[in-house]
Amino acid sequence: MMKSLMIAGLLLPTALLAEDKPVLNIYTYDSFISEWGPGPKVEAAFEAECGCDVKFTGSGDGAALLARLLLEGDTTEADVVLGLDTNLTAKAAESGLFADSGLKDVAYDLPVAWDDPVFVPYDWGYFAFVYDKTKVTEVPADFEALAASNLKVVIEDPRSSTPGLGLLLWVKSAYGDKAEEVWKNLADNIVTVTPGWTEAYGLFLKGEADMVLSYTTSPAYHLIAENDDSKAAAPFNEGHYLQVEVAAKVATTDQSELADRFLAFMVTDGFQSVIPETNWMYPAVMPKGGINAGFDTLITPAKALLYPAGEAAKVRDAALAEWQAALSR
Amino acid sequence: MPSRLTLMAGGAAAFVALLTLGTLAAVIARAGGAGWPGVADWAALRFTVLQAALSAFLSVACAIPVARALARRRFPGRGIFITLLGAPFILPVIVAVMGLLAIFGRSGALNGILGAFGVEPLSVYGLKGVVLAHVFINLPLAVRLILQGWLAIPAERFRLAAALGFGPRDIARHLERPMLREVVPGIAVTIFLICLTSFAVALTLGGGPKATTIELAIFQAFRFDFDLGRAAMLAAMQLVICAATAALAARLSLPPAFGAGLDLAAQHWDAASPLSRLADAAAIGLAALLLLAPLAAVIAAGLPGVFRLPLAVWQSALWSVAVSLAATALALLLALPIALGRGRVLEITGMLPLATSALVVGTGLFLILRPVASPASLAMPVTALVNAVMALPFCLRALIPAARQVEADYARLADSLGLTGLARLRYLTLPRLRRPLGFAAGLTAAMSMGDLGVVALFADPDRATLPLQLYRLMSAYRMEDAAAAAVLLMALSFALFWLFDRGGRTDAAA
Repeated sequence: MMKSLMIAGLLLPTALLAEDKPVLNIYTYDSFISEWGPGPKVEAAFEAECGCDVKFTGSGDGAALLARLLLEGDTTEADVVLGLDTNLTAKAAESGLFADSGLKDVAYDLPVAWDDPVFVPYDWGYFAFVYDKTKVTEVPADFEALAASNLKVVIEDPRSSTPGLGLLLWVKSAYGDKAEEVWKNLADNIVTVTPGWTEAYGLFLKGEADMVLSYTTSPAYHLIAENDDSKAAAPFNEGHYLQVEVAAKVATTDQSELADRFLAFMVTDGFQSVIPETNWMYPAVMPKGGINAGFDTLITPAKALLYPAGEAAKVRDAALAEWQAALSR
Repeated sequence: MPSRLTLMAGGAAAFVALLTLGTLAAVIARAGGAGWPGVADWAALRFTVLQAALSAFLSVACAIPVARALARRRFPGRGIFITLLGAPFILPVIVAVMGLLAIFGRSGALNGILGAFGVEPLSVYGLKGVVLAHVFINLPLAVRLILQGWLAIPAERFRLAAALGFGPRDIARHLERPMLREVVPGIAVTIFLICLTSFAVALTLGGGPKATTIELAIFQAFRFDFDLGRAAMLAAMQLVICAATAALAARLSLPPAFGAGLDLAAQHWDAASPLSRLADAAAIGLAALLLLAPLAAVIAAGLPGVFRLPLAVWQSALWSVAVSLAATALALLLALPIALGRGRVLEITGMLPLATSALVVGTGLFLILRPVASPASLAMPVTALVNAVMALPFCLRALIPAARQVEADYARLADSLGLTGLARLRYLTLPRLRRPLGFAAGLTAAMSMGDLGVVALFADPDRATLPLQLYRLMSAYRMEDAAAAAVLLMALSFALFWLFDRGGRTDAAA
């Protein structure tokens, strides 16, 4: 009896077997699941140890991801949401759709202390202005120097993109009440404001601007994947605003245990070693073997700026109004 | 069988209304009511209408001389030139913008030439950039549609005009202006509405928050403020503007009374003067420069990498072609009954998709369909369907004037012969509509290729469309592969457009 069952098991097509496995639904942003993003490798690595089937659903960017989750509310099929950042977590927590991760005592390699019970960080990076070393020789050391220079920059719109919102909060956290003044002075340096990072970076590479708002890690891509060391990020004295990308378990999940396992897996080498050269960000926990030496050539800001989640949500609207007023004139 | 036709037309219109108004209603229902626009939204409305009106006016004003020149001149490569003209319209916005900037940007070719003469570099960003990009994208559409109007004037009328010794001024007064009066209002409104919902062009070239459009305000309400009610309100504003302008256009456009001809190729005796030759050459030359130079830049940037593209991109290309063919079939099924059914309400309903916000349609559909089926499993049908409905206004723009003319010219004869129902469709209507049908099919196929997957909410994680794949390449810093994917996309859109459009032109001795 036992034997024949085993034979039957062997004969079953693998597709059928796959259906018996529990499915872990992970909602994330689109570039995570692309051929060139971390998704495929992360999926393979976790599936090898979980005996489950990982199903990614991608939608737009982090903000679109949260919007989708809010739209679905507690009827969502998501078990895990991966790809929010610290500017979105307050709104996400407020929705009551997320559950505690239960992860404790993880030794994060983050520039800030991390003790959020719900959101688990998986990578991070600093926003920075990236330029071409062969074209820009006098590199501004802060926003005021940038505003005083003749350099042209392209930035992203805070209303439609996460880096744009990051820049808004960067200026606000560095300059407080003087932020509007800074934006007014920057106005004549800004070539244009694009809907997202993709357009901005594309314009920069086409030579439409001297600098682009991106990440300190962007030059690593050119160095490692293209063998091109001409790109660099400009270190700013005010410090650099931090983006921490996080994931969380959805409260209504029917795969609670699997979701917990995934979040725990997320901060191990199997996940973290994939991040640097697919997402081009720093891993939240440094993998044992370290990361590509190309990352050692990057600037490391002396000061990390970051509003706590609740505060980011509070200053956001006022900062946006200042930004709009200063750039609309 | 007019009753069956009326029924089909009503069904098609109801379907379109469901997809435009129904989705909006679903969003309002979910939000628990509509919000109220803020001060910034009114400013966005003003900018949106201003740039859309300017773009529409300039596109049409520039298109008239180009279309006239193409109607009365024969030169080697004319056919391929007319087909190539369609390219900017079907490119994904980001690719069109990159091409445009290669010529007009800060380090573009134009500033390179000016710089060589010591002229200060020109900045393309701001209202002028937005309008330039919209003209670049929409001028070809206007040229094609107006050219159709010109070709629809029977050759016999030009012959008669020549026999009567008409000069260019008389021809303009008796033949060309009445034709323009018929086609131009509809075209202008179409372009106005396309530009009304502009998002990426207006934002990328707008230069800053001054250039905020309603579509961006909707985007912001959705994902920055999570305020569905305000998003719905703004989307409703767009629809009201759409319905009002479409009604105005219907009132302004007068049906022509040229009568039927024998489908001979028209000869333009009036166009022989050196001055008119020069004018036509200038019109065609300038249009070619404006439209083809950016395309050449896109091709030059991407062509070398096309054959090194990863397999995933080719798979996406196949998938996109399949979606696009499905969308084309659907669009024609919807467009034909509406075009033949006539009636102002039908026509305005057919224009609604132009002014709908893709974001609101996507969200509404998502809210309606999610209780029934998993969104990812509906990726193919929903994408094809939404693409078909979005292309419908363009199909109607091409089909309605032609359908009207068939009725005006042949209805009495057909009635007296008792030619009705399917037989009438087969022996009279379809053969006479062949050219606009081919054009409409080509346009739908190409537009559907270039569309960015319509709605991210329905994305199938395992099958990305080619434009989405292009975007993903850019997001992964792979700009060279992205440029190559853009060339592949352009080539495929183009091939589809050419195949359909040519299929529709086989009877024209043009």
